[in-house]
Amino acid sequence: MTATPSPAVAAEPIDRFSLPDAGGHFGRYGGVFVPETLMTALQDLGAVYEKARLDPAFQAELKNHLKEFAGRPTELYFAERLTRHCGGAKIYLKREDLLHTGAHKINNALGQALLALRMGKKRIIAETGAGQHGVATAAVCAKFGLECVVYMGAVDMERQSLNVFRMRLMGAEVRAVTSGQKTLKDAVNEAMRDWVTNVRSTHYILGSALGSHPYPMMVRDFHRVIGQETKAQLLAREGRLPDEMIACVGGGSNAIGFFFDFLEDKSVRLVGVEAGGRGIKRGEHAARFEGGKLGILQGAKTYILQDPDGQIELTHSVSAGLDYAAIGPEHAYYRDRQRIDYAYACDDEVMETFQLVSRLEGIIPALESTHAFVHGLKRAKAMRSDEILVINLSGRGDKDVNQVAKILGVSL
Amino acid sequence: MSRIAQAFSCAREQNRAAFVAYLCAGDPDFNTSLAACRALLENGVDVLELGVPFSDPLADGLTNQLAAQRALEGGMTAARVFEFVKKIREFSDVPVVFYTYYNLVFSNGIEAYVKAAKAAGVDGMLVLDLPPEEGAEFSAAARAQGIDSVCIVAPTTPDARIAKIAAVATGFIYYVSREGVTGVRDQVAVGIPEAVARIRVHTQLPIAVGFGIGTRAQVAEVAAQADGVVVGSALVNIIKENLAARETIAPALAAKAADLVAGTRR
Ligand SMILES: Cc1ncc(COP(=O)(O)O)c(C=O)c1O
Repeated sequence: MTATPSPAVAAEPIDRFSLPDAGGHFGRYGGVFVPETLMTALQDLGAVYEKARLDPAFQAELKNHLKEFAGRPTELYFAERLTRHCGGAKIYLKREDLLHTGAHKINNALGQALLALRMGKKRIIAETGAGQHGVATAAVCAKFGLECVVYMGAVDMERQSLNVFRMRLMGAEVRAVTSGQKTLKDAVNEAMRDWVTNVRSTHYILGSALGSHPYPMMVRDFHRVIGQETKAQLLAREGRLPDEMIACVGGGSNAIGFFFDFLEDKSVRLVGVEAGGRGIKRGEHAARFEGGKLGILQGAKTYILQDPDGQIELTHSVSAGLDYAAIGPEHAYYRDRQRIDYAYACDDEVMETFQLVSRLEGIIPALESTHAFVHGLKRAKAMRSDEILVINLSGRGDKDVNQVAKILGVSL
Repeated sequence: MSRIAQAFSCAREQNRAAFVAYLCAGDPDFNTSLAACRALLENGVDVLELGVPFSDPLADGLTNQLAAQRALEGGMTAARVFEFVKKIREFSDVPVVFYTYYNLVFSNGIEAYVKAAKAAGVDGMLVLDLPPEEGAEFSAAARAQGIDSVCIVAPTTPDARIAKIAAVATGFIYYVSREGVTGVRDQVAVGIPEAVARIRVHTQLPIAVGFGIGTRAQVAEVAAQADGVVVGSALVNIIKENLAARETIAPALAAKAADLVAGTRR
């Protein structure tokens, strides 16, 4: 199956704050596609968020928690040995792996927990793939004394068992999802079913820049801090903007947060890296821009891996966090605008690069983030030594060591 | 008058609520499902709500999820669902409403899908994850083909939204009587008469009530409060319970339908 061709690129300059529109649309993408029972909750959430966004007290409180609980700002680290290894562009890493709970996900979990408190909702639900969003949500719920239920595919619970235990230690209830292919998409379905049932008491902390409005916008905003810090740090250090920035794209939250404040800086090339799995064959990957077409899944109109009838297709990736059939709508929009480019990395390259980065830098990256490295190292080699490349290291790989050992045939 | 409008007005004349029955097309296989629908239609069902199986039915409880899974595993496809309705039309002119998810309607062109549905003999469509805010293109296509666009009102829907929904709905309004996914419950939800009155302010369309209704007593309770009663999971459960002997499914459903339909008399 081939991708739907992109419409003609709009010629107007990008105004990153003009999107989404009031209905949550990024051009033809996004919107609100949910059962009627959830409509009011989404509209209420949108209104509460809009108020909070403009409220200096909310922003100050969030900033304080990001600093004291999550450990922001994160460093922008010059990867000297990787740079030398590639022999091209200077490689910097944005160290979201250093955040509390181990990934960028905590930025969004904190923001949404504060919103739940504002709405007086004492029960939190979340879905998780790799478990990083689940762990971040469990942590903020423990911190604020909120009840927490996390839905996780049974397959993901197996490959990310360490994170299941971490969530439980922090008091969350982890519910195994056994429907469908038992991974992230099925966990989202189950979380939506819970939300439909308990909508008056419950806030759903969705973990990526996905789903119905206001989630893609709100999640993006909570992760914007990644790009804002990157910009200030690089300007302070190098006195200029980077030439290229690369991030992995599951639903797209770390990538859009990393890219957002550079969208209008035309000289900066932005690249998102999807999961190529075992290669671009039906059911073997999660690269929505390689085999997907326009459709509607779990609340938004976007690129989706689906069969000719519109049934959602199976996906595969070695990394649970990228193993998902839809991509955040804002990504689809900026791809059409030819502002963000997309590439993919396959499982075997990811396994190799995971070990290479660990050995050369003393940093074990998450398998998700490693997808960005696979493409980043190729790009660095092709770039000049006076050019600068920044990779978003969205999370640490501690959660992945069991699975990697298994793949490498090492018994722990 | 559309076939759906006729079905409701006919029930009203007989001083009963219309009985709307749900099954998933192709559950557990094409022929058994067709026999199951026939059993319902021959036992007093006024409107057949036909689930079009989708891989990711996020508004459905476990009963309907498993039904969709069985149907897909049993070989149901977009084309075969239309064929299924054509077969029904060989022996029945009871109105058929598709209960479906938007991606199935959207993926190969909305207009083409609605046209094919009409040609097969479908009377209305209920697209679960398509609120009126996003529904303009679908509504236009449905209107052009003379397909009713059935809409849902939930307990969480405020009056202003009811007005918005009523403005685009045709056929009937489906009031889901509780927050939650589809599935049988012990008790009928409270507040149905109040909700029906709130909806009635904005529309003359028939109002059918569903979600969680499964016994004759429950049907009778709701029949006194609304124009129509929807029963789904309780019927789907009969399929599930008789999977080991598929030939027993249709007779079991016939008996259940007759029993439930008796509850619609006022
Ligand atoms: C470390 C890490 N990076 C990236 C992702 C992918 O999500 P997103 O594309 O929303 O950043 C995940 C998801 O679990 C993750 O744990």
